[in-house]
Amino acid sequence: MRAVKTIYQRPVVFTDEITTYCGGCGHGIINKIIAELIDEMELRDKGVICWPIGCSCLSDLYYKMDQIMCLHGRAPAVATGMKRANPKEFVLVYQGDGDMVSEGMAEIMHAAIRSEKFSIIFVNNAIYGMTGGQMAPTTLLGQHASTAPYGRRIDSSGYPVQMAELMATMPGVIYSERVAVNSPQRILQAKKAIKKAFQLQLEGKGLSFVEVLSMCPTGWSTAPVKALDWVDQKMIPIYPLGVKKDVSEGETVQNEEQELEVRSL
Amino acid sequence: MGERVFMQGNEAMAESAIRAGCKLFFGYPITPSSEVPEYYAKVMRERPEENIMFIQGETETSVFNMIAGAVAAGHRAMTATSGPGFSLGQEAMSYMSAASLPAVIVEVMRPGPADGEILAAQGDYFQATRGGGHGDYNNLVLAPYSVQELCELMQESFDLAEKYHNPVVLLSDAMLAKLRESVELPGYVENEPKPEEKWRTLTGADGRDPHIITTCGRGAIQWERFNLDLQEKFRKIAENEVRYETYNLEDADIVLVAFGCFSRVCISAMKMAREEGMKVGMIRPISLWPFPEEAFRGLDGKKFLVCELNAGQMVQDVKLSVDNKNDVTFYGRLGGQVPTPKEILGEIRKLR
Repeated sequence: MRAVKTIYQRPVVFTDEITTYCGGCGHGIINKIIAELIDEMELRDKGVICWPIGCSCLSDLYYKMDQIMCLHGRAPAVATGMKRANPKEFVLVYQGDGDMVSEGMAEIMHAAIRSEKFSIIFVNNAIYGMTGGQMAPTTLLGQHASTAPYGRRIDSSGYPVQMAELMATMPGVIYSERVAVNSPQRILQAKKAIKKAFQLQLEGKGLSFVEVLSMCPTGWSTAPVKALDWVDQKMIPIYPLGVKKDVSEGETVQNEEQELEVRSL
Repeated sequence: MGERVFMQGNEAMAESAIRAGCKLFFGYPITPSSEVPEYYAKVMRERPEENIMFIQGETETSVFNMIAGAVAAGHRAMTATSGPGFSLGQEAMSYMSAASLPAVIVEVMRPGPADGEILAAQGDYFQATRGGGHGDYNNLVLAPYSVQELCELMQESFDLAEKYHNPVVLLSDAMLAKLRESVELPGYVENEPKPEEKWRTLTGADGRDPHIITTCGRGAIQWERFNLDLQEKFRKIAENEVRYETYNLEDADIVLVAFGCFSRVCISAMKMAREEGMKVGMIRPISLWPFPEEAFRGLDGKKFLVCELNAGQMVQDVKLSVDNKNDVTFYGRLGGQVPTPKEILGEIRKLR
């Protein structure tokens, strides 16, 4: 008899729940990457996922592991409390663009400043999804949204925020990469980046950050197939893919010896 | 009990919290609460064997959410703040009550509204006792009147938060916070259960079913059920955790009602009035929510003088607790003004 080898199966950590995502949405792909890595890296038993407010706030239905839904933008603060309380825990923060870049800009910046030792997946689809297609800080110039019905304009709304580049400037961030999930090759690359971010957390080195460009056909009022092209044609020129920072080879970001002995004057 | 010391309210309270096993302090400096984060910051370096972690957060909004994360992981955590910071924390207060997270928050009141002043006041009574954030929820609110009681309630707050899985607000004020007095410090709490032994903590689902904390409604039917369960929690707190003290009620014609630091002034005024032959008693609510309605039972016919350092907040709860609200008179001062016992005595005389 020949031995039967499993070459593909539904991730074990997934429940049987059906997602609430729209057709063509990228969240499901990213959720699956996470599930596969939790299985492959055996993170379920020591892991907690911190979900945001947004389309992914129901994601706790999809995983058989400890999870917490955080308030809008506050997931990095909740994760800070959790990881500081229990440094051995694997803590994953998942946030969308409205959640992180608008409401939670202070929380993400200060988590980076403190070099919190957890991983963050930032899903950038350039729009508010769950709320119904409103403008996000990542909405492209000229892009239509329900609160920018004639397109985003600089005079009232300023410029799209490039989070992966911004995070790369922070000394506390050890790894920052931008990936996309609009083609099979890109999905594989995204998985590789997220795996690295997880690995760095397990090594206790510093904050690891992966920005994922994702599709929101409903929010963009676009057919799902066209949304894949829209990522290539419109998003990537403003949000270029690639590794923005990787200092993972060094020791740790926080080097006690480098701390200056400054006495008060 | 531990040793007797002469110590400032804020610092004695911080030491009591550490001894209650609260090793995690997330803070943001604000007068008049800043000695608490300062104490933790100092002790974190000076007593490394106690494994204390202090993080100075970027905002109170963030700090309150850090506490949510730490208590969700099963550890005791707290912050101390004052009016404007407490306001910033309100979204997390609503969240932590709904998510059944046992946070402990010290609110060192100062006079508002807005930036206000940094003196003693009691203007945040409504904010603390009415929930303070959005939705139907309550905090368990305790108001001590001495540094000794502050330290004891500080330790008990953690037990109560964990017993009911609800935020506890310890309502201090600028006077208690800065007051130095003789206090017998509470001892170290022993045998605190391990995080993984506590209810629904997020420690990794190793060998057990997952624990999931969410406050995201999934339709009206589910969400009403969720809210009814919350109300059941609040009902239990209201049933079991009423606390108050009464003084000389037996023969009293006039009953003073005061809480926190101001009740000390009122106790002195009561004694002065007694020396003048007036039959004056007093009720001092310690739990402000649940409010001690039962303390007012069987007191019909007496006159009540409610004294607060605000424009009249607790007086509404007193009116809801007495048989005839026309028996209730209010005296309050604003802006950080604290009347002397003589001034209260003057108000008592008017009721004679």
